[in-house]
Amino acid sequence: MPTTDLSNPSAATRRSPSGEADAPNHPLIEIERLSLCYGQMRALQNITLNIPERLVTAFIGPSGCGKSTLLRCLNRLNDLVENARIEGTVRIGGCDIYGPGVDVIELRKRVGMVFQKANPFPKSIYENVAYGLRLRGMRARGIVDEIVERSLRSAALWDEVKDRLHASALGLSGGQQQRLCIARAIATRPEILLMDEPASALDPVATSKIEDLILALKQEFTLVMVTHNMQQAARISDYTAFLNQGELIEFNTTSQLFTNPSRRQTEDYVTGRFG
Amino acid sequence: MLTALATGLIVAMLALILGHVTVHGWSVVTWGFLSSGAEEGLFTAGRSGIFPMLFGTAARVILMTLLVIPAGVITAVYLNEYAPASGRLTRWVRGAVNHLAGVPSIVFGLFGLGFFIGFVGAGLDDWLRPGAIQPYWAAEGLLWASATLAVMTLPVVVAATEEALRAVPAGLREASLALGATRLQTLVRIVLPHSRSGILTGSILAVGRAAGEVVPLLFTGAALYVSGLPGSLNDKFMDLAYHVWVLCTQSPDIDQTKPLLYGAVLVLLGLTLSLNLVAIMIRARISRGPQGTP
Repeated sequence: MPTTDLSNPSAATRRSPSGEADAPNHPLIEIERLSLCYGQMRALQNITLNIPERLVTAFIGPSGCGKSTLLRCLNRLNDLVENARIEGTVRIGGCDIYGPGVDVIELRKRVGMVFQKANPFPKSIYENVAYGLRLRGMRARGIVDEIVERSLRSAALWDEVKDRLHASALGLSGGQQQRLCIARAIATRPEILLMDEPASALDPVATSKIEDLILALKQEFTLVMVTHNMQQAARISDYTAFLNQGELIEFNTTSQLFTNPSRRQTEDYVTGRFG
Repeated sequence: MLTALATGLIVAMLALILGHVTVHGWSVVTWGFLSSGAEEGLFTAGRSGIFPMLFGTAARVILMTLLVIPAGVITAVYLNEYAPASGRLTRWVRGAVNHLAGVPSIVFGLFGLGFFIGFVGAGLDDWLRPGAIQPYWAAEGLLWASATLAVMTLPVVVAATEEALRAVPAGLREASLALGATRLQTLVRIVLPHSRSGILTGSILAVGRAAGEVVPLLFTGAALYVSGLPGSLNDKFMDLAYHVWVLCTQSPDIDQTKPLLYGAVLVLLGLTLSLNLVAIMIRARISRGPQGTP
């Protein structure tokens, strides 16, 4: 049986002990000739794209261009859509995640996700963060406490909630809820964090907190985010992919793509002439 | 205008029934009436109570609940979470459940007699007590009456559970799955807890419907009179709703029995109305937003 060991960190990530990436542009996610259809509708066409490790990569493009769909291919969340059909390959750390013998549950433990609309569980703040740990059967009180605290600190939420960890998560503000969702996603130490327009429902203050957080998180995680806000992409991403109508139009470093796009369509979009 | 008239008519009818029964039954419903049996004459006012009937009704309703909730919730979970939405089997199962709701209750009674007593019970007797002369399971009793009622109220529980499952926000399921939960873990940890008020409403509606039901009991376990309380699953039992019918039709002296009848009807009405009221209150709380839906 072709078991692909997704949990083997040496095969998956190459991190030097100093914490600095040896080769910052080493592609962690390799997308090759990826197409996706919903029934008859082609949502993604022949996308080839390498996403570098421990940097922020942004997907931009007009509504319905397929950027969220592409993001959801990376943790196979599109599997839930009954009539979605996928061709091509996506490799994470060298393993084809659509290959035979791949454990989707294991994959999703490596690839965390934060959604557009904050979706905390109707449980306490503590239990939200501990959810992923509980799924892995982690019971030891001390260890769980420690991870919950560390995750909330990493998500810049600890100081605001440390006195009410056992209060309902639904009592938090929208921005706090979204940071809680980030804490929940990083509690299980994924390598990759997918973010689907994580700040689109938030006010400017909450948005800037999330953006600061993203910049801090790229020290440890590979971040892939979808945004419809071009200023946001320009502010916080290192690489940007521009998609339109299911096709990848251009992929480059963010500064190149915004200041010196090689395609006319990209230029029109980033200068606000369409979209 | 016509709507107002129709509404008024319905309210007036309900008020009339309730008022009439309350006026005539109020003085009959005493602690003695509720707590004593019918050993001294089933039909004699002042001497006969309804405790064994209340006990029988409670027993069959509780037993039914234990049977119908797991069956109904599992069916709804299958239909809503696992079965392909457009599959033929799904359509058939859902159609069958819906049609079950339209089957007359006398048919359920006959079904209970034929299937549970004649088939399941006889099978159990052959298997567990071969050679016995007296049927043990292949006879009317508490278990088969409850099982028949469970089949009858299944659609109520399935419909309420499905509604509750559909109301779980897609974002919560996705969040759970994206954290590496299996579908079963998501179901047990997120979906079912979120649906529990809806499941509870359905169960109470089912209990309310079953509590006042007589006809399915006719062939499956209710008795006109038995001395003592049912002590095992295959005992016949007296039942409050059935007792109302008994008092109506079997009494040798209707004037003597009338106060008893009013008392029994008042208790029965109070029971079913309060069950429905509780269900309505829970439902209202759900639509205001249950434990946590934003």
